Amino acid sequence: MGLKQNLHNFKEKNKDKKWLPAFSAIHTFLFLPNETTHNGTHIKAADDLKRTMNTVIMAMVPCLIFGMFNAGYQHHLAFGEIQQATGGFLSAEFWTLDNFSVGFWKVIPLVVVSYVVGLAIEILFAIKNSHEVEEGYLVTGMLVPLIVPIDTPLWMLAVAVAFGVVIGKEVFGGTGMNILNPALTIRAFLFFAYPTWMSGDKVWVHGAVERDQMIAAGQNVDAISGETILGSLAQGKEVAYSVWDMFYGIIPGSVGETSTLLILLGGLFLIFAKIGSWRIMLSSVVGALIMGLIFNGLVSAEVISEGSKFYGLMSTEFWQHLLIGGFAFGTVFMATDPVTASQTNKGKLIYGFLIGFLSIMIRVFNPAYPEGVMLAILLMNVFAPTIDHYVVQGNVKKRMKRLKAKVA
Amino acid sequence: MSKDIKINKGLDIKLVGVAEKAIENAIISNSYSIKPEDFHSVIPKLVAKEGTLVKAGETLFYNKDNEAMKFVSPVSGEITEVQRGARRRIDAVKITADKTQTFLDHGKFDLASDAEKTKAHLLATGCWAFIKQRPYDVIAKADSTPKAIFVSGYASAPLAADLDYTLSSKEAELQAAVTALSKFTDGGVHISVGKNSNSPLANLQNAITHKVSGPHPSGNVGTLINKVNPVNKGETVWTINAQDLVIIGELLLTGKFNAERIIALAGSSVKKPRYFKTKLGSEIATMIYDNGVERDGNDRIISGNVLTGKQVKPDGYLDYYSNVITVIPEGDDYELFGWNKPVFNKISTSRALTFSWLSPKKKYDLNTNTNGEHRAFVTTGTYEEVFPLDIYPMQILKACMYKDLDEMEALGMYEVAPEDFALTEFVCVSKQPHQKIIREGLDLMLKEIG
Repeated sequence: MGLKQNLHNFKEKNKDKKWLPAFSAIHTFLFLPNETTHNGTHIKAADDLKRTMNTVIMAMVPCLIFGMFNAGYQHHLAFGEIQQATGGFLSAEFWTLDNFSVGFWKVIPLVVVSYVVGLAIEILFAIKNSHEVEEGYLVTGMLVPLIVPIDTPLWMLAVAVAFGVVIGKEVFGGTGMNILNPALTIRAFLFFAYPTWMSGDKVWVHGAVERDQMIAAGQNVDAISGETILGSLAQGKEVAYSVWDMFYGIIPGSVGETSTLLILLGGLFLIFAKIGSWRIMLSSVVGALIMGLIFNGLVSAEVISEGSKFYGLMSTEFWQHLLIGGFAFGTVFMATDPVTASQTNKGKLIYGFLIGFLSIMIRVFNPAYPEGVMLAILLMNVFAPTIDHYVVQGNVKKRMKRLKAKVA
Repeated sequence: MSKDIKINKGLDIKLVGVAEKAIENAIISNSYSIKPEDFHSVIPKLVAKEGTLVKAGETLFYNKDNEAMKFVSPVSGEITEVQRGARRRIDAVKITADKTQTFLDHGKFDLASDAEKTKAHLLATGCWAFIKQRPYDVIAKADSTPKAIFVSGYASAPLAADLDYTLSSKEAELQAAVTALSKFTDGGVHISVGKNSNSPLANLQNAITHKVSGPHPSGNVGTLINKVNPVNKGETVWTINAQDLVIIGELLLTGKFNAERIIALAGSSVKKPRYFKTKLGSEIATMIYDNGVERDGNDRIISGNVLTGKQVKPDGYLDYYSNVITVIPEGDDYELFGWNKPVFNKISTSRALTFSWLSPKKKYDLNTNTNGEHRAFVTTGTYEEVFPLDIYPMQILKACMYKDLDEMEALGMYEVAPEDFALTEFVCVSKQPHQKIIREGLDLMLKEIG
């Protein structure tokens, strides 16, 4: 047990050092600490925050790996190097090493930049405030590369992560204290600071932007376009993908958010593990379906004519909204962030419902940017404490009523 | 109106080392110690000086705020030491017991006496110390009038002493105590018994019996209060431990303060866990080391159960309110990749690669490791699963932490005691000290509102 003892001795020797949290952060990844209970319960359940966060990351790993294959596949397909995959989820054209290696070398840098920048800031703040490094960023750091376009420049990502962690989290007091979901804060920053890199028909396929620049420089090559389904719908164009393609996720989009199938599996795993809130996920789906039904109803009641710019998205079958864009990913992995969501069980139902409802509404009515889930979640993050306030007041009122009944 | 109480929210923590139902007389320790810290918020005024001889039941100290409230010696013997801490605070009064015990005779009490007389008798004989009140979970104020009195006769905590067993054949004492207590309130003396139990408390006169079932904390008195008649602002309820009714009853019937108590010695570090007859305040070392606890083992000795008990040193003492001593292994070792590897040998309410849900009947050998470090509150919804009271646990904990008295009051602070938050503390992913937070919150309210 040389390593265990050496690390222990090192920790004991440097007990008073300012930088000890940085060492502890690494030490506790190797070994569950030797800390024992003192007052209160003498035994504790097995779960800690690391385990909880790790479970969420495990649920995202399939999306990450799929995202790598998809990035390569979309790239090769757009450049005409391979044929369209026809065999469904298990298409041989999709799961090739060639696709993977293109995607791998694009995605891994995103992951590394996200973690290195984010954790560095977390450690700095932990040392400054002399507390342990909290685990919140483990999940944020994995979410970020999954929700950005594949060609996002790394410096841009680094700036956004720094902004998101400092302004979105640390100024509020760090993990557990933030109001907005840090990963979405990072994405929102990217979106508003560098909109041309975050929407349009060029950013979703690796190489498309570069090709555009070549054309602008006067080279004689074909332009590459990789429109997302939402982009097509918003412009009233035909959608070139089947419903099954959408479900499997063999479509252009942000790195890890395309495969509804894998997100669904991840969500079920989180519900089973009792880490993700089924209340939020379920009510969010219900909210989205209801909003979709309302729009479908407006179309069939002919309130909206075919010429309307909203027609494309409003006439989309209500349940297909669940499959396209970032809705599924947002619902399963972002809306359920326990810190920024409602914290009461009743509140979670209301919170989730409104996220689903607003996501589809924003999606349909926002002409500039046809995705609503990011904005809907950020908006509801702000309102979550208000929802909780009224839920808790219900309990308080019950207590007051009991008291009044006694006095009367 | 008796009422069956069934709770669904909660958690039965099944541990190795349940006491076998066999009583032995503990090797009589001749060292006893009464600690004022057991009587939370009481400031003691010493009566008995070092070197004096006392009889069992003679006053050691009284409450500074109420001179009538006495605290008495559990044994006869010589006061060998008054241990003092910072600012001359009394930490412990140590007594070396005589070989043959003599009792101070308070005389047989007329159970038909009115409330005032009964109160004066209980205060003078030291029995008042067993009566606690809510709000604040402290010894009842002598001038308070409880709207009801609650006794839990069902122990659902892990490795708790089985009250059906330890109280058997004590019906007469229990009845005397309940009759006396029933004088103090119009709301009745409410007693909970296990649904399928054979409790000597089940058929008492002057009491209302409730059958409780469900996981821990179904046996907590706080759960009983919350389901029967929750405390409102301005109201007081009293609570008494079932085993302490026996001491009160015997005093009323015979005039003797007999501090004898049957306790369980339990836990995975005990070779042959079983029951012992001992006295409150008794030194623990003699009892445990002669009965199968390794003398140089790396163990945690707890006066009380694993959720709410006090950590004591081997030369420590059984505290005033406990009827179980638990000995479990210390967990002061590192575990390689303990935070992410699948876990089969620890209890968890989640299924995050923790597999205790696969074997709900399995008994676990848990140690004192915290299984992770202290963090800010992050996850939500986990406390509610194990918390049966109609109170928002995380919200009230946070209100205590930021010391908002109005909010604490509105959220139900008058109804709770630290032990109600033992299970939420056990499952807490952020390893927050819930019971300590609630205790400090109650102390703040006691100081500010009183």
